[in-house]
Amino acid sequence: MRTRFQQEMENLREKLLRMGGLAELAVDRACQAYTERDLTRCQLVLENESLINAAEREIDELAFDILATQQPAATDLRFILAVTKINADLERVGDQAVNIAERVMDMIELPAAELPVDIARMATAVSAMVRRALESFVEGKAELAQAVLEMDHVVDRMRDEAFIVLVRKMNEEPQVTQQALDALLVARNLERVADHATNISEDVIFWVLGADVRHHAQAASAAQRPERQEP
Amino acid sequence: MGVGITVERLNAFYGKTQALFDVNITVQANHATALIGPSGCGKSTFIRCLNRMHETIPEARVEGKVVIGDLSVYNGTSATQLRRRVGMVFQKPNPFPTMSIYDNVAAGLKLNGFRNRKQLDEVVHKSLHSSALWDEVKDHLHKKSGASLSGGQQQRLCIARALAVQPEVLLMDEPCSALDPISTGKIEELIFQLKEQYTIVIVTHNMQQAARVAEFTGFFLLGKMIEFDKTEKIFTNPSDKRTEDYVTGRFG
Repeated sequence: MRTRFQQEMENLREKLLRMGGLAELAVDRACQAYTERDLTRCQLVLENESLINAAEREIDELAFDILATQQPAATDLRFILAVTKINADLERVGDQAVNIAERVMDMIELPAAELPVDIARMATAVSAMVRRALESFVEGKAELAQAVLEMDHVVDRMRDEAFIVLVRKMNEEPQVTQQALDALLVARNLERVADHATNISEDVIFWVLGADVRHHAQAASAAQRPERQEP
Repeated sequence: MGVGITVERLNAFYGKTQALFDVNITVQANHATALIGPSGCGKSTFIRCLNRMHETIPEARVEGKVVIGDLSVYNGTSATQLRRRVGMVFQKPNPFPTMSIYDNVAAGLKLNGFRNRKQLDEVVHKSLHSSALWDEVKDHLHKKSGASLSGGQQQRLCIARALAVQPEVLLMDEPCSALDPISTGKIEELIFQLKEQYTIVIVTHNMQQAARVAEFTGFFLLGKMIEFDKTEKIFTNPSDKRTEDYVTGRFG
């Protein structure tokens, strides 16, 4: 048993989980800031971005060190590749949270408008996707990750619906165009966060099953592959 | 050109102790196949069964079928006839210490009664080129002995000696374990080139080496072939948990 190697892998896993927590918190805060028009939460999101960026660099460095010094193979190799990709996705989740927070800061300057879109519901769905994607990583379970992939269609539909109703609103009430446009951009940011949660789930499936399910490959069939032969 | 190897239900024994259990494997011609596994797993015994070296040990015996090209190894083929077509390189370089570099390479041919000087020159030249040693030794082929070379050069000399008899298969039993990384790199580069002309079976303890040089890898454990597949599959997503545990260093 390679004790030091296993310790380094565990260290990498913990660092990624901490980063996942930071990214998840950033999205939740940005969404709450939107629904409550809360400047303080926006500022917290902006301030914490540097923590996420620092965590990204730290995880990449450790993954790079393990690759260079330990020559991992099989499930360990897939784990490290998955971690580096999830790391990049989480950093972008943080960026999307910052985009939402900046958008909210602009919105707060404008008069509140009644918009026919439920951003809070979309935010709840997206947060759940990020949380479950991270849970699938923690548990190392492909079926949990698979469930996240299926949620992405729901969020895509919400974004499409938001686009239709908000464009209609802009045509009907041009005086709230700026507020509607802000809401539209927030919906788009949330949809991007969902895409990152999907990427994370695909990476978890790759790590656990060794199956590449990106770009519409049949994840379901991969998840149903026969179990590894036990001695 | 290299030839394929088919092994069916191979069992090997040291007296009453069974070392290999029903090993089946098909080695593709002109490819490098690596055999990995912990010490004592039977991989060296297996490779020695391919050229009938196993039976040189007192009380050792082999059961099963081994076919190399059109030769049935354990059915009507003499060991001498077989070893002309199956060269072998060992863990520790073993040049003939009292012979010159030239004579080391020409030894196999001379032993087989080959005396034409011009043709011998050609074979020595070609073999040393093939083993990537020519440039380093061309100026003292007759002056220096094989033993005067560095470890890495000696191993390439042994490869040249094996190639001189124009085999179809080259067996390598941990050929780099006594070499530094530079010499190891040269041998690995050589393996890559040689498989265009020969079928190579390499036993190695160095899993990265197997991953670098071989298209196919077999994993042995306790005398059994646990898994045989494309190298990339073995090192990224093996089918058997025991293979996974070995390549990830969880045991062995």
